[in-house]
Amino acid sequence: MTAADRFAHLPDLLAADIDLLRRGRWLSVDCRVDIGSEPFFLSIRDGALSAFERGARLMRSTAFAFRASDEAWTGYWKRLPEPGWHDLFALSKRGLASIDGDLRPFLQNLQYFKDLLALPRKEA
Amino acid sequence: MAPKLEPMVGRYLRTDIDGVAHRLYFEEAGEGIPLVCLHTAGADNRQYRHLLADAEITKRFRVLAFDMPWHGKSTPPDGWERGEYRLTTQSYTAAIRAFCRAMELDRPVVMGCSIGGRIVLNLAIEHAREFRALIALEAADFQQPWYDTSWLHRPDVHGGEICAALVSGLIAPHSPPVNRHETLWMYMQGGPGVFKGDLYFYRVDGDLREKVKKIDTRACPLYLLTGEYDFSCTPDDTLRTAQQIPGADVQVMKEVGHFPMSENPAKFREYILPVLARIAG
Repeated sequence: MTAADRFAHLPDLLAADIDLLRRGRWLSVDCRVDIGSEPFFLSIRDGALSAFERGARLMRSTAFAFRASDEAWTGYWKRLPEPGWHDLFALSKRGLASIDGDLRPFLQNLQYFKDLLALPRKEA
Repeated sequence: MAPKLEPMVGRYLRTDIDGVAHRLYFEEAGEGIPLVCLHTAGADNRQYRHLLADAEITKRFRVLAFDMPWHGKSTPPDGWERGEYRLTTQSYTAAIRAFCRAMELDRPVVMGCSIGGRIVLNLAIEHAREFRALIALEAADFQQPWYDTSWLHRPDVHGGEICAALVSGLIAPHSPPVNRHETLWMYMQGGPGVFKGDLYFYRVDGDLREKVKKIDTRACPLYLLTGEYDFSCTPDDTLRTAQQIPGADVQVMKEVGHFPMSENPAKFREYILPVLARIAG
């Protein structure tokens, strides 16, 4: 299974995480997450995914995009990640991930996004 | 049934720091060699509560952990509302020496973590003979920044929550969830702009590159311990620093991050007990 295939399970993983849904209840935003070369478009409404689209979309506008390589996501999603692979900012500090766009919704809800993007660990 | 009391006792100390009146909160337990503990940026002395309750340590050490001015239960100085808090190498060094002097501690051991570790290096550079030994946790002469601190204090981002969320990644995935979340809870409780003000020392004012070469470990032994999951002060940062200091004792702690004493007290104990035993002799 590719890293993108694993990320494709995100809607089910989030729907099963009642605590994360509760913590995200004030958040509504459209954002993009790239798993290697594959973009995913997330429409988050009140902490839940109202839409989740895999693959390129022409001229799709999002608030921000978080991008990392297949290798970075695979390391991040280990049940016990190795040092340097265990946090989004550990990846970005090492040049393995990047974020651009309007960082405000991302940082206002930082723990939510860290936990959301770590959900595939539950299937590791 | 008798009340279940923990052994540490908390008190307030009145002392001047650089001529300004301060009221510092501290907790202490034990008897013997004074061991002064310095918390991380934006946190407080609760990070050391497991050490303060460890009979193996307190039977030989008088452990004291104080809240830096502006942190925990130490109030900011009068007039704080008229300025922006910024910690500097000078003000941090002055606060530690004022506490030790006011408490009449005889050549204490000082152990600090993160910014506390960095300032311990400065104590080794400038005041080594005042101390019996120095222990720097998660410390280096300098490290590369990994975020913009302007996000830490602004009205549209919750200061406590972003501070905790940022540092959450510095905790090792092996650390017990209860200890992880207690460590983060302390970060959620800092005063507005205090973590940011501490990082002024860490990022801007406290660059000790080149200066660490002056450290003489014959005047005062220096121990450096860094967790392998600390990507803020990485093991490489600490090892690079130690290589410039002849006689420095350096260890990389497995399965530990940036907050060893609070994120995984049992694991930290495995590393710090032998260090304290060597100091006690």
